[in-house]
Amino acid sequence: MTAKQSSWLLSAAVFANNAVAEEMPLNLTKGVTEISRNVYDLHMIIFYICCVIGAVVFGIMFWSMLYHRKSKGVAPANFHESTKVEILWTAIPFVILIAMAFPATKTLIAMEDTSKADLTVQVTGSQWKWHYKYFDHELEYYSLLATTKDEIYDKREKSVNYLLEVDRPLVIPTGQKVRFLITSDDVIHSWWVPEFAIKKDANPGFINEAWTRVDVPGIYRGQCAELCGKDHGFMPVVVIAKEPAEFDKWVSEQVEIAKKAKEEEQKLLAMNMSFDELMAHGEKAYNANCAACHQPNGQGIPGVFPALKGSAIAIGDLGAHIDIVVNGKPGTAMQGYGKQLGLKDLAAIITYERNAWGNSTGDAVQAAEVIKYMSGQ
Amino acid sequence: MSTTENNAVDSNHHADDHHHGAPKGIKRWFLTTNHKDIGSMYLIFSLVMFFIGGAMAMVIRAELFQPGLQIVEPDFFNQMTTVHGLIMVFGAVMPAFVGLANWMVPMMIGAPDMALPRMNNWSFWILPFAFLILLSSLFMEGGGPNFGWTFYAPLSTTFSNDSTAFFVFSVHIMGISSIMGAINVIVTIVNLRAPGMTYMKMPLFVWTWLITAFLLIAVMPVLAGAVTMVLTDKYFATSFFDAAGGGDPVMFQHIFWFFGHPEVYIMILPAFGIVSQIVPTFSRKKLFGYSSMVYATASIALLSFVVWAHHMFTTGMPLAGELFFMYCTMLISVPTGVKVFNWVATMWRGALTFEVPMMFSIAFIVLFTIGGFSGLMLAITPVDFQYHDTYFVVAHFHYVLVTGAIFSIMAGAYYWLPKWTGHMFDIGLAKAHFWLSLISVNVLFFPMHFVGLAGMPRRIPDYATQFADFNAIISIGGFAFGLSQILFVVVVYKCIKGGDKVSDQVWEGAEGLEWEVASPAPYHTFSTPPEIK
Ligand code: HEC
Ligand SMILES: [Cu+2]
Repeated sequence: MTAKQSSWLLSAAVFANNAVAEEMPLNLTKGVTEISRNVYDLHMIIFYICCVIGAVVFGIMFWSMLYHRKSKGVAPANFHESTKVEILWTAIPFVILIAMAFPATKTLIAMEDTSKADLTVQVTGSQWKWHYKYFDHELEYYSLLATTKDEIYDKREKSVNYLLEVDRPLVIPTGQKVRFLITSDDVIHSWWVPEFAIKKDANPGFINEAWTRVDVPGIYRGQCAELCGKDHGFMPVVVIAKEPAEFDKWVSEQVEIAKKAKEEEQKLLAMNMSFDELMAHGEKAYNANCAACHQPNGQGIPGVFPALKGSAIAIGDLGAHIDIVVNGKPGTAMQGYGKQLGLKDLAAIITYERNAWGNSTGDAVQAAEVIKYMSGQ
Repeated sequence: MSTTENNAVDSNHHADDHHHGAPKGIKRWFLTTNHKDIGSMYLIFSLVMFFIGGAMAMVIRAELFQPGLQIVEPDFFNQMTTVHGLIMVFGAVMPAFVGLANWMVPMMIGAPDMALPRMNNWSFWILPFAFLILLSSLFMEGGGPNFGWTFYAPLSTTFSNDSTAFFVFSVHIMGISSIMGAINVIVTIVNLRAPGMTYMKMPLFVWTWLITAFLLIAVMPVLAGAVTMVLTDKYFATSFFDAAGGGDPVMFQHIFWFFGHPEVYIMILPAFGIVSQIVPTFSRKKLFGYSSMVYATASIALLSFVVWAHHMFTTGMPLAGELFFMYCTMLISVPTGVKVFNWVATMWRGALTFEVPMMFSIAFIVLFTIGGFSGLMLAITPVDFQYHDTYFVVAHFHYVLVTGAIFSIMAGAYYWLPKWTGHMFDIGLAKAHFWLSLISVNVLFFPMHFVGLAGMPRRIPDYATQFADFNAIISIGGFAFGLSQILFVVVVYKCIKGGDKVSDQVWEGAEGLEWEVASPAPYHTFSTPPEIK
């Protein structure tokens, strides 16, 4: 067997399921904005500078290693200082660096200028999802990882955009200056889209600014870049850039859909869902939103996330249970879900928690009960 | 430089028994105040920690061998990255340098021992407890620290698990140990130099350690402050890092990196010192630009206090701050460059031979410089936004810390091992160790540059499938590098047990006081100070 064949076999065995994955680029992306191209150019300039310095220094060193060996019978020279040379090789790098500092400063100033934006989006990180809120439209939503647990645990073939896909991407218009206001609800996250050359930390209690103007319509993928706990590797960023006309159409559709959902919810208040319906829906919604911490079996992670199976709250006072789910518990990883989930989801999840894994309160919680605790919103 | 005093030392060697020699039994190690014993304990301890931290790296690389989660859960993965970092920094690299300082500084300046021998014993013996506490936290409910070795708040405060107090306690102990060690080094160098050993005659290893010790005293208390604030934020309802109580999570990062940046120089200045000892020896030529080396070290140390925020460019600093820290960081590459130029100029027109310590030193110069280059790239703020928190950074700091600090420690160990044991090590095996390490370490860390540029974040247990091939290669390099280090243990063990006897000078081109005492170095050296011309 040739080496080529065997290495092919090895990679076939190891990477059998990534045959469809795109090729990994070997260099920094040029991106799709003027800024990202400037950043790429800076990257290449400083890289070439390093290459030249490296070639000279290592060249001299290897020359010396080849020709100044004792085995060649050379006698060591005696010199051990030279003020002239030393000043020279302090001054030359200094000059190179000053030359480098000019374009870097220029690009940096441009990157930090967030004034005169056409559109503003607030980006909020929380464990482990992003929330997008359009300041100029009645529109906000959460964006969660769309990759399934089965793919992550190798039970199903991984999709092409494995770990880089979300249920609801952020959508922005091309050709317009979009400003991002970036913050966090819990720990520090970092919102990163390589193609825009934006990476900005989301700090709880503070707001950071960044901006972009995308030239080309397309789908751009990034990830959370700051360690933010257990599922830090599972909170991707996906941004779709659309032509302005299409963007406007998309916005009005979304606003409409959101309005409809609100109306549905109002109707729901007057209705009662059956226990089985609540449990079936609750299981799904629980696994999607709560299982990351409290685990699918309700047992949590001891010392980190409490078990809900047999927990004093989940089998005790209903009010306290609804309250912690809707409003969260400030200063802990337990965030409030009132803003994120619909009344139906909340009612179903709470019902599920009170009757799954051996919890058996028999309560069927209805939307009308949940809304009483939403007043804080 | 050879003098009659040195001969007197030699005869002391034979009279060890009546001139209190090494006591016997386990008590010798607990109660010893001898700098050589303590140096050996530091070195062995750091080797053990190197393997424990290395085992964690193997877990990390095994999980990252393929996309998907196969071996560990994300929370445990985070504990592995965190504790791997803490152990390698505080348990492997720093104690190894302290061990070398203990052994070599007194012998290089003609002192009989460290100035504060009892404190020396203490500063070593509290270390194992610090790491026992840290490691035991991994087995507690909820697991050990999982917030990265940088323990950014509020992940390490409000959102951390219950074992955080143990983490804080163990970092406190490490800090106390480091500060005591640093005080000892300073007092020794300032007070116990042999007559005639002026500052500008001191070997560079002594110089770099003197400056390192000042850095340690300056920044370890800052680290202690940071962990204490984490402790009170988590358990005593303070809000140093909590905006809801008027604090600021970014302030944590400023405090941490005010410690953390000098810390990286703490881990590299002694490395510069070791290489500056070895390169002249095997070039058979004096170190080029001795005084500029000293000044470069001092300016690196000073500049290291004003570059900390280059670790924080993405936190949303004001433009002026970003510019200031970019310029300062670029500036620090100038004295670092001077050092590299000086080593190359030392080799230039020397009479080179390539013994194992020299091989590691040359590898150090090339690979550390590559780490320096990526450091220079990271200094350019607008591009740092792209590199930050990706594998490019992981590649960068492993080049400066593994092929930098650790290679220099290996070089130093091979250089001085014959002096310590009186035996030459198994050269064939040592060369095998070198070549295997050199190749595997580059298979391990070089591809990380590409993975990082392509956009893979650090500290993730699973990744997009496009990164799969490179990660598999990296993991294979990692396993190979890990296994290669077993050879080092074999070489050291064999060398302690026996081997060809070496002369006092050991290496043909070696100069300095440590090469004038007998091999193996007697239990007490320079009881009467040597005379330096
Ligand atoms: C990011 C991790 C995380 C997620 C996701 C999460 N929780 Fe929690 N949850 C916690 C933590 C931490 C606590 C403990 C808070 C405390 O300190 O009292 C908690 C507490 C609770 C409690 C109280 C348990 C008790 O006995 O004290 C309930 C009920 C609960 N969560 C329900 C939910 C529901 C329902 C969801 C999904 C909609 C959810 N959680 C999602 C982390 C999480
Ligand atoms: Cu995050």
